[in-house]
Amino acid sequence: MQIEKNAMAGTLESSDAMVTVEPGNAGIELEISSSVMNQYGRQIRATVLETLARLGVTDGRVTVVDKGALDCTLKARVECAVFRSCGKSDAGIPWGGVIK
Amino acid sequence: MIKRPKPERFRLRRTMMFMNAQKPGLIKDAYIYGCDSIMLDLEDAVAENQKDAARFSLYHALTTIDYGDTEVIVRINGLDTPHWQEDIRVCVAGGADGIRIAKCESAQDVKTVEAAVEAAEREFGVEVGRTLLMAALESPKGILNAYEICTASDRMLGCAISGGDFRKCMQTKFQKDGIDMLVARGQMLMAARAAGVQCFDTVFTDLDDNEGFEAEVRQNKAMGFDGKSLINPKQIRLVHEIFAPTEKEVLQAEKIVRAFREQSAAGVGVFTVDGKMIDVAFIPGAERTLKLARACGMYEGDL
Repeated sequence: MQIEKNAMAGTLESSDAMVTVEPGNAGIELEISSSVMNQYGRQIRATVLETLARLGVTDGRVTVVDKGALDCTLKARVECAVFRSCGKSDAGIPWGGVIK
Repeated sequence: MIKRPKPERFRLRRTMMFMNAQKPGLIKDAYIYGCDSIMLDLEDAVAENQKDAARFSLYHALTTIDYGDTEVIVRINGLDTPHWQEDIRVCVAGGADGIRIAKCESAQDVKTVEAAVEAAEREFGVEVGRTLLMAALESPKGILNAYEICTASDRMLGCAISGGDFRKCMQTKFQKDGIDMLVARGQMLMAARAAGVQCFDTVFTDLDDNEGFEAEVRQNKAMGFDGKSLINPKQIRLVHEIFAPTEKEVLQAEKIVRAFREQSAAGVGVFTVDGKMIDVAFIPGAERTLKLARACGMYEGDL
């Protein structure tokens, strides 16, 4: 998938993360801030990059403001933001396909 | 991916707690509270512009969080919205145990949902018939059609009344003695029993009114409900306590079942236990009491 327009998913509530995606053409530029950066920064980065790779996203600016989200929440927020950026988040989601 | 065991159509469902599927902080540890079922909500708790996000969140919760013995049911959006079809796809793909049909008013509503569920089961390679259904009756029409709704599909586990919407339709408000919903509760219970499915009461929304809550739960039990919908974990314990059988009832039930087995093996149909007449009609009730007692940690016997 390609990030077509700016999109956002998630909240700044505890256990959640707010993910913003913007179109770009210089690979993935990932910026993370987290309330648990020292303990989990690397893990968060790995989960976000893995999710983007699974969706086939190769370019774009991705910003994650993490409030202690579990991996499954991070994945859900990244996926939703990317699908929203393509206007495809409402129906026909490939559950169990690239979403897994 | 967590593979949940095949859902049981008739299991213990004293407490069904609502959880906003869009809130990760809530759904990640919903099972620790010990309610019998959790109800992940895609409907009213989720804002209109977050329906898509709630589904992504729900899918990953269903497939990564081990809810153990807690049943996981999802409340989908009404059939008059653009959301319900994708709601069904995500429920089935994620392996939810059951789907609660919001604002159900007719057998046709159940059949419409059932067809979409079956299509999703085929699409995602899920065993056809695995996903259970239940109906939320929220209007006078839904209550009047309760029997045809409850018998509309073999997947139906039961029905529940939704007090807020129902009272609005009836132009009434919550009353302490339950008179506002007496007829609706009674009619729905009769329909559910006639159809052989379970029946659940609505939520009690005033979290500070413990007395009122207890009175309502006692009335629910006296009327014959299987359980109650809840909005807060602190409501669980009281419902479990009130729905638990008494020690005397458990002893009596055990005696009845044992005596029935002995007597029927000896060719006797009707007999007495502690001076009371017992025949086959008493057995399902006694067995239900033992099952409930076991779930409440009150019975560890071999029956």
